[in-house]
Amino acid sequence: MSAFGTVFLQSTNFIDAAYIVAFSLLIYGMTGLTGPRTAVRGNKIAAVGMAVAVIATLLRAHEFSGSGTVWLILLGLVIGTVIGVPAALRVKMTAMPQMVAVFNGVGGGAVALIAWVEFRHGFGGGYPLRVEIFELFGAIVGSVSFWGSNIAFGKLQEILPGKPIKLPGQSLINGLLLLVAVASAVILCTGSHSQGLFILGILVTAAVLGNMVVLPIGGADMPVVISLLNACTGLSAAATGLALGNPVMIVAGMIVGASGTILTNQMAQAMNRTVPSIIAGGFGGTVAAPVAGAGSEGGTVRSTSAQDVAIQLSYARLVVIAPGYGMAVAQAQHAVRELERALEAKGVEVKYAIHPVAGRMPGHMNVLLAEADVPYDLLREMDDINPEFPRTDVTLVIGANDVTNPAANTDPGSPIYGMPILEVDKSGAVVVLKRSMASGFAGIDNPLFYNPKTSLLFGDAKTSVTEITTEVQAL
Amino acid sequence: MNNLVIDIGVLVLAGFVGYTVISKVPNTLHTPLMSGTNAIHGIVVLGGLLLMAESSGVLEKVLLVIAVAFGTINVIGGFLVTDRMLGMFKTKPAAKEETTGPGEGA
Repeated sequence: MSAFGTVFLQSTNFIDAAYIVAFSLLIYGMTGLTGPRTAVRGNKIAAVGMAVAVIATLLRAHEFSGSGTVWLILLGLVIGTVIGVPAALRVKMTAMPQMVAVFNGVGGGAVALIAWVEFRHGFGGGYPLRVEIFELFGAIVGSVSFWGSNIAFGKLQEILPGKPIKLPGQSLINGLLLLVAVASAVILCTGSHSQGLFILGILVTAAVLGNMVVLPIGGADMPVVISLLNACTGLSAAATGLALGNPVMIVAGMIVGASGTILTNQMAQAMNRTVPSIIAGGFGGTVAAPVAGAGSEGGTVRSTSAQDVAIQLSYARLVVIAPGYGMAVAQAQHAVRELERALEAKGVEVKYAIHPVAGRMPGHMNVLLAEADVPYDLLREMDDINPEFPRTDVTLVIGANDVTNPAANTDPGSPIYGMPILEVDKSGAVVVLKRSMASGFAGIDNPLFYNPKTSLLFGDAKTSVTEITTEVQAL
Repeated sequence: MNNLVIDIGVLVLAGFVGYTVISKVPNTLHTPLMSGTNAIHGIVVLGGLLLMAESSGVLEKVLLVIAVAFGTINVIGGFLVTDRMLGMFKTKPAAKEETTGPGEGA
């Protein structure tokens, strides 16, 4: 390439133009994500936008004059690729929420580290106030996001107990930590002398805060928390963009911040909870776990056999399958698909009832069923399927618990009172496939199990479903 | 107008864009969406790249290498995982669409 060409590629105008192309692609790609048909393409377009942004940044070669710089950048990119690619390709669809939590966490971690370096570097030189404010915001939020996401990962992966871990006066402690972090940030901004330890102190305080905020939150609320942390990381990325005066970072970060906030609200609404009450924590696991066999609701449960269930299902006209996370854990989605086919072969109409928060994230169940080749048009969202339950002969609840709990409609004392549920108790009969009498992810007892219409089939969901399928085919 | 005002203007507009685009996403796509937006905030990797040249001393360089690695995991992992998820949605509607009317809807 000619000298002129090189100069052109490295000129600020060209790079700025490339940045505009990059964020246009990111936005265009995201609009694609709004429909199932355009989503794959949309995601790819956004990825191209990201690549353009990275390449344009690397073209600023005059800034990379130091001898080792290029190699260090390459080192970072290679390490990231070597870790990120296999993780993304190998993760099971059931573990998706954890994976998102991890990817979100490292993003927040990157923001915090960048802020740290910026500060170390700025001492003596004296950055303008705007840089300091935005970097400090990034440092606090990024650090909270990193540690919070790690805890969320630990809970979802069941390394940490899903139940809330709470200290007395938790909100007060959290408030104090936030105050300390913000106060240190203010001191750091106003003081002109170098205070290397202060930035470290802020990062550590924010780290403790991140741990403390997420630890008291029950497993069932974790998706909302991840979504919230996702929004936070986005905002902190935008703040870093403001500090560095980089338009792509501002636009991309802010879009994530805005969309993440909306998503968080939608998720919270689906569970009839508000975001502040989730952050206050303590939900789930606070109610005493039911005694196995006969629960606190009184009444006994009726257990059944695969054979009986097969007969029940085969002679039904309409069967609704209500899958939950338990189905996914047992990897039973393919077996369920087989059962659906066997029933359809007998002329039984089969539909799937998908609660908005079935699985552990909104839309998680759709992904899992899509993985098992279940046709998209058999999936019914909650509002569409609920009116159909009265004319449903049998509802098969597979590994779902809290989203079918009628206490949400009837018992004002229940922690999930008011949460919209799948009204499976309105159908002619209910068969619940369960591993044991343990309560659901939220740790709440479910009176559905003691309903006279309900029978329970204990055992691993996959084995049970396969047995039922065999019986159905034999009939 | 100085640069800061322009930058904040950009920030505000981007907020509105994010709001408008995302309020239209159906429930079913929330997980891929979360993971897709997750990948997008990996844009922080640019910050790591930009600071690398300015940095001095071993500690700063080590921190930045980690930051760039983190950002890269965020970007590449996020986009790949989203692509895998969406790939499973892709063929379904086309295959069965004609047979039943009200498919995705509402």
